[in-house]
Amino acid sequence: MSGGARRLPCGGRVDRGRPLECRFNGRRHHGLAGDTLASALLANGVRLVGRSFKFHRPRGVMSAGIEETNAIVQLCGDGEPNVLATRLWLTDGLAARSVNCWPGVAFDVGAIADKLWRVLPAGFYNKTFIWPPGFWRFYEYFIRKAAGLGRAPTAAEPARYEKRFHHCDVLVAGAGPAGLTASLAAARSGARVMLVDDQPEPGGDLLNAPAEIDGRTALDWVAAVVGEIDACPDVVRLSDATAFGYYDHNFLGVVEQRPKPPAIRERVWKVRARQVVLATGAIERPLVFADNDRPGVMLASAARAYVIRFGVRPGNTAVVFTNNNGAYGAAFDLAGNGVAVAAIIDVRADAPRSLLDKASALGIEVVLGHAIVGVRGRRQVAGVEAAPLEHPARARRFACDLVCASGGWNPTVNLFSQSGGRLRYDRGRACFVPETSVQAAHCAGAANGAFALGDCLAEGFGAGAAAARAAGYDVDIPGPPAATPTLPLDIEPLWEAPHGRRTAKAFVDVLNDVTTDDIRLAVREGYDAVEHLKRYTTGGMGLDQGKTANANIIGVLAQTLGSDIPAVGTTSFRPPYRPVSLGAIAGADIGPLVRPARRTPMTDWHEAAGAVMYDVAVGWRRPGYYPRPGETMAQAVSRECLSARDRAGMYDSSPLGKFEITGPDATTLLNRIYTNAWDDLAVGRGRYGVMLREDGRVLDDGVTFRLGAHQYLMSSTTGNAELVYAWLERWLQCEWPDFQVFVVPVTTQWANAVVCGPRARETLRCAGTDIDVERDAFPFLAIRNGTVAGFPARVARVSFTGELSFEVNVPARYGLDLWRALMAAGAEFGITPVGSEANQVLRVEKGFFAMGIETDGMATPHDLGLGWIVGKKKTDFVGKRSLARDDAVGGVRRQLVGLFTEDPRIVLPEGSQIAAPDGARTDGAIAGHVTSSVHSPTLGRSIALALLDDGRSRGGETVTIPLPEGAVRATVTRPVFYDPEGARMRG
Amino acid sequence: MLLIPCPWCGPRIEDEFACGGELKPGRPRDPAAVSDAEWADYVFNSDNVKGSRRERWWHAKGCRRWFTVERDTVSHRIAAVGAGDGG
Repeated sequence: MSGGARRLPCGGRVDRGRPLECRFNGRRHHGLAGDTLASALLANGVRLVGRSFKFHRPRGVMSAGIEETNAIVQLCGDGEPNVLATRLWLTDGLAARSVNCWPGVAFDVGAIADKLWRVLPAGFYNKTFIWPPGFWRFYEYFIRKAAGLGRAPTAAEPARYEKRFHHCDVLVAGAGPAGLTASLAAARSGARVMLVDDQPEPGGDLLNAPAEIDGRTALDWVAAVVGEIDACPDVVRLSDATAFGYYDHNFLGVVEQRPKPPAIRERVWKVRARQVVLATGAIERPLVFADNDRPGVMLASAARAYVIRFGVRPGNTAVVFTNNNGAYGAAFDLAGNGVAVAAIIDVRADAPRSLLDKASALGIEVVLGHAIVGVRGRRQVAGVEAAPLEHPARARRFACDLVCASGGWNPTVNLFSQSGGRLRYDRGRACFVPETSVQAAHCAGAANGAFALGDCLAEGFGAGAAAARAAGYDVDIPGPPAATPTLPLDIEPLWEAPHGRRTAKAFVDVLNDVTTDDIRLAVREGYDAVEHLKRYTTGGMGLDQGKTANANIIGVLAQTLGSDIPAVGTTSFRPPYRPVSLGAIAGADIGPLVRPARRTPMTDWHEAAGAVMYDVAVGWRRPGYYPRPGETMAQAVSRECLSARDRAGMYDSSPLGKFEITGPDATTLLNRIYTNAWDDLAVGRGRYGVMLREDGRVLDDGVTFRLGAHQYLMSSTTGNAELVYAWLERWLQCEWPDFQVFVVPVTTQWANAVVCGPRARETLRCAGTDIDVERDAFPFLAIRNGTVAGFPARVARVSFTGELSFEVNVPARYGLDLWRALMAAGAEFGITPVGSEANQVLRVEKGFFAMGIETDGMATPHDLGLGWIVGKKKTDFVGKRSLARDDAVGGVRRQLVGLFTEDPRIVLPEGSQIAAPDGARTDGAIAGHVTSSVHSPTLGRSIALALLDDGRSRGGETVTIPLPEGAVRATVTRPVFYDPEGARMRG
Repeated sequence: MLLIPCPWCGPRIEDEFACGGELKPGRPRDPAAVSDAEWADYVFNSDNVKGSRRERWWHAKGCRRWFTVERDTVSHRIAAVGAGDGG
């Protein structure tokens, strides 16, 4: 028969006109459009689909949905791992294989673990850490090899993903009966509705179980309602889309699979909803009994779904095991579709007359007050043993190849709980239900514990109307549709069926192989709080996050403790509700878009010149060094340094933070922000300044020029440009709102090229400038306006290299042309572009500290040798008061020093710890660390800067730097290695 | 992801803002006149309440104004925002 031998002749939501072929573990199988891989496998009689995580026990399809614990597959061809076969929609040629088995699912070497169960108890993994001592390093290899399920693909993901923002009045999660009536009510009011559902077609459980609504079949009703919803102009309806996370302020994440157009593989919607309706349904709870994991044991709702929705007989002869009325419907549907039902084993002493009568009419034996106490068959269920609850030994045998179990229903409260909502244990329905919402969320239907269809329709309608009203829409519409009344669940909780066999395992978490014995062991070992138990046993920590396990774990725990379920409580529900692929989370933000690079007008030039580019501070892409053919990095850096020292160099310092500060109170602002005084700075001159945090620690430094009586140009370090701006604004807006000052960030308005070196002046002249660049006319720390190479320019004499330097600032649009003109002008003087590597060497040679490298949030200006810049006469500035506190003036301070290694060839690794100086403490204490360390081509030896305890008074002392290759000794020096008087930069 | 009602720009996502911490009494008028302990209280200590508190936020990727937000640290519910000098 088309679509597999176990396909029913008609019925189901599969397209019998579209047969598909797929491969599973190398075998070819036939399915139909509308199948999942799981339904196709069942249709082809495949029972063994995987091996379990820890014991490698044979497993078969357990569910028909997102709660699947067993049918976990890997897509072939370096494809996605850990895909649920119950959620994998069949496409022609689809190829997948089982995970966690070798060499194959039928013969699996790892299955030996099932025989070794005595040495693999709960907490086994934790115990290997501590006992026997030191054995962890032997275990680790095997545990790591055994850990995990599928294999991550090795190649880059070729598919495209995207993210999209969406705003709506009412977001409805779930398109089952409750979600549909909620959407209908809200959409009719005119609200902007978004309806998301994780199935390819709407209907929810109506797809799996026959019902009648408003006098027609449920699916006809669904089609009509969806038609009306879709006709509303402001409705967005997504299929194959799961709301996976409910975050603060009604912000939800929705992952949409197979979106249209098909160019995108998955799309994440970031939705801000004014109101949310959670109609997320419920998941059936398995029953816990001996060997309840055998292939052929599945949820009653799943067996029903395979028959009704997929037209597949999941077995020939079924035994239904239940503690509630719901599973009877499943039994009747199975019986009506060619599956023999050997018996309904009902835990309860009695069942409603109507159900018993119908069973009798269908020839189904109902065995009341019994439980399944054993399962026969290992790779495939061959039969069950059922016994009275009080007499587990008095078992009766039933031959079957399918066991359909129902332990009640767990409302899918995950999103509600993520939103901060509180849960309540409902004894009547034996499940946790939503109690109070913290956010603007309304629960409806099975998610709210309303399991009867009529209640779902009514609750959904009410929630949708309430949400629309709360979002400001008028709802004046007829009431909800009516459904044929159904029986209540009448559940009698059974957390664990009795069994007498010592070797049988009764699983509470089938995916993670956690048994009821594991729970009792954990309790004996003291892990009896529900959150501890979870981590110790790993129950509920698998791929499915315990969708079917958690309730039974709580039940068994409460029973073991002789406690009450509300007292035991639940573990936290955290996003995501289901695994979301990393591709979907990343969206289009991959490769160069992970963090888009900031580029200066000259970045193209650097790249064209062959520079090795670095992505550094706050996203700027900068040249590291410009190697010539055949040059090593060290050779290139050395050449660039020497060129700047001996002839001329040029670097792009456009990313430096720049702020124009204007207004009558500009000088006062600088006086308060910087440690030094600014009143006497002449127009056209600049001054170095250090700003502190209020705790007296250095925040940033830079040179500020006075452009006019009430106008300054401040610079900050590149990395702190945003921080300094926020800092200035905070003081102005929050503390000194009466100041008349504007701060305007102009960092990217200006591009600048810094020409440095002894031939810098000639280079500038050669490029052509109307500024008098002679030393007397244009001294160090002065700024001039004019033209350079024909471009309007602000030229400043500042130096970060210790050489004579001109920082030529031009409006950004001229940056590249300016750079080219200066390179051309400097050619005859041997001008060389200087990258950040050489810049680092040059500044270390000069002992200029770098923010964030020599400062670590602890350094005061005194620690850095900047005592001279702290205005003693100033009454106040930010941070001044803290400099007078005990911790700043007394005790041991870590201070900036220079280091000369005894062996000049050794370049100390940056970050190396410095042992206490000779003769000082001998307790192995750390006395400091190397902050910057380079080979200085100018000096022909290694040099380093370091922060050292009381370093400023340790000049000449020897310190030891312990390294893996052996200790290195170094002499403490002043932190300046070149031109200590600064004659060159002032020249 | 909070939705913060900026007094100048309206409701915007948290990504656009930076939190400046708990709103504390202003800077002492004459820092030299306060004791080390009082100064430390101003610089380092905050109440860190579990519940409603006032804090400063900076609309870094928007209007670049500092303003106050009254936020519940448990539920994140924002009760009010204030423009002006942050007081």
